[in-house]
Amino acid sequence: MAEIIRMPKLGFDMAEGTLVRWVRQVGEPIQKGDILAEIETDKATVEVEASVSGVVLQHLVDQGAVVPVNTPIAVIGQPGESVAEPAIPAAKPGPAEAPRPASPATATQEVGVESAEAAPSVAEQPIKASPLARRLALEHHLDLKAIVGSGPGGRIVRRDIEKVLAATQAVPAPAVAPAAPPVSTYTPLPSPAPADTVVATSKLRQAIGRRLLEAKQTIPHFYVTHEYRMDSLIELRQRINAYLPEAEKVSINDFIVKAVALTLRRFPNLNAALRDNEIIQFGHVNVGVAVTVPGGLLTVVVRNADQKPLRQISSEVKAMAARAREGKVKPEDVEGSTFSTSNLGMYDVDEFIAIINPPEAAILAIGSAKQAPVVENGALQIGWRMKATLSVDHRISDGAEAAQFLQALAEYLEHPLRLLI
Amino acid sequence: MARMTMREAISQALMEEMDRDPSVFILGEEVGVWGGTYAVTKGFYDKYGPKRVKDTPIAENAIIGAAIGAAMVGQRPVAELMTINFAFSAMDMIVNQAAKLRYMFGGQFNLPLVIRAVGGGGRQLGATHSQTPDAVFAHFPGLKVVSPGTPADAKGLLKSAIRSDDPVLFIEHATMYQVRGEVPEGEYLEPIGKSKIQRPGRDLTIVTYCKGLELSMKAAEELAREGIEAEIVDLRTLRPLDMAPVLESFKKTNRAIVVEEGWKSFGVGSEVASRIYEQAFDYVDAPILRVAQKEVPLPYNRTLEQAALPQVADIIAAAKEVLR
Repeated sequence: MAEIIRMPKLGFDMAEGTLVRWVRQVGEPIQKGDILAEIETDKATVEVEASVSGVVLQHLVDQGAVVPVNTPIAVIGQPGESVAEPAIPAAKPGPAEAPRPASPATATQEVGVESAEAAPSVAEQPIKASPLARRLALEHHLDLKAIVGSGPGGRIVRRDIEKVLAATQAVPAPAVAPAAPPVSTYTPLPSPAPADTVVATSKLRQAIGRRLLEAKQTIPHFYVTHEYRMDSLIELRQRINAYLPEAEKVSINDFIVKAVALTLRRFPNLNAALRDNEIIQFGHVNVGVAVTVPGGLLTVVVRNADQKPLRQISSEVKAMAARAREGKVKPEDVEGSTFSTSNLGMYDVDEFIAIINPPEAAILAIGSAKQAPVVENGALQIGWRMKATLSVDHRISDGAEAAQFLQALAEYLEHPLRLLI
Repeated sequence: MARMTMREAISQALMEEMDRDPSVFILGEEVGVWGGTYAVTKGFYDKYGPKRVKDTPIAENAIIGAAIGAAMVGQRPVAELMTINFAFSAMDMIVNQAAKLRYMFGGQFNLPLVIRAVGGGGRQLGATHSQTPDAVFAHFPGLKVVSPGTPADAKGLLKSAIRSDDPVLFIEHATMYQVRGEVPEGEYLEPIGKSKIQRPGRDLTIVTYCKGLELSMKAAEELAREGIEAEIVDLRTLRPLDMAPVLESFKKTNRAIVVEEGWKSFGVGSEVASRIYEQAFDYVDAPILRVAQKEVPLPYNRTLEQAALPQVADIIAAAKEVLR
């Protein structure tokens, strides 16, 4: 029985997607879970998986087409099944059935005809990149499609990759602020100054601009900062990591995600969104973690973070961040957050303020954990400190609630064993 | 160290080897009484006599044939070809006999033979006497092909060639006998089959040898004034070809040009570029360019001759093109 595959809705505000590439061609067998196509949304390039096993009977849109959400894009069925025209209701939701073929011979013929017609009308332009640039992009998980080439004919060359690498640091998990700044490599100054570089903004860049402009213009933000004693958490993290292999070590941010989730459980008004004259206080606590990706940032989402053990949060964030950097996020990686966090701790940042990720009520901006002179019991000592700033939508909440949230968060961050029980 | 010309360095190498080993002898056209067409063996006849410095008829096939025979019975002949263009008259002896004897006789014979040949254009000697067919000879397994670009290398490599138990074609450039450089005194050997970095740089790799080295060094100086630092790898030996320094340099710079005086098609540049693509593909950041002679018989007319030969300006242009 033929199954229609539709353009998935991959995000809260996704209306349409671009079908970038058909991974499986008409006539090819496909298993449930195999990648059928790649689509580009405002946020990322994502892969569409087949929901059934069978043979790709028909592509209903060409490569490069911009397709509204829920529109049928392909038909998967059994070899020989017909995909005669009435089978395709334009935008009717729900699965549709293709009628049985009159005879196997006709069906084969039809599929054959389809496969010829399904060839993209505009051939996809191959990406021009030097072999070196391709290798470097692979090594650093960069998407060549997102990089503008400066070589002859727009070829992407080493300097273009290096430019992107210099602009983006690929690790989302924060580290303890380094004791000394890294030694910068010597870069000879160009002389004379090079010509201006014009870089076209990516869809991701445009989406970030659109959403955050709207947030900054329409949400009355206010900000509250709190300083946390991090000595216990840093010590606990070291002790935990001593038992874990390199790839599974937990980060400070993993603790913070868990702590934020547990705190939000006690502050439902900050785990919320505004809809007209109503505040929706979400039942789930889904904590978003901002991840740097080539050309912008994405927020990956730890679902039900309040209910997950620390190591599960850690492994999920690692996996989602890796997919995000490769431009291969799954829809569920980036949708459904109820509260966001942004951590610049690995860049030796004291504190910063973040713009709310609409339609959420608040976002937490986390600085570096640093050793600092502190007064404890009337004596000067050295202690680990970390500042975090909560940005809040004043239409939803007020300063006192925000301050209480930050205080409550301290109960977890400063007594981190509570995060493990 | 002493500062001397390429001619003096070659002459010194020959003399030192003849003094060291009585089995070394010279044969060729005008090498004896006249002292060599390019005066490399001036004074040798008087010093070593007609048995070790043999003037021959104008018969290249016979010169190389006699040298092969002598080498097979244990002598170390150094046969001089007045120009490499005359090697074509001895082609069978060089590529079919010398290059294959050890193989054909199952290793029963060594062939400690050196063929010194003067190659290259630029002296208005006309199309048939001005060729740079180095790649032709480097094509044949069994033959070592050496072509130095500095006086020191000329001395060190020629001494190694004379001591080699295999046939070596030693190509000297007709316009480089007056090139001067520091040359180590006495026992100084450079290994055959080893390329060498002649100038360090970070921005691009220039692979070259012989006359191309002279031109490339000048080009590199001009490029340096514009802030472009070229690394120059001198092949010195075409067969066996040592790619290690080339690849090491290329993995650093990711961009290269190959400079040779011979024709571009099927040439040294093609070989070097192919090997880079094969062995360092993932380091290639721009197509490798070849600077070589225009694809015409080399003209006699001086202006046309210079227009056909690769020039410093061609190297600079190629370097900038590959850095785009």
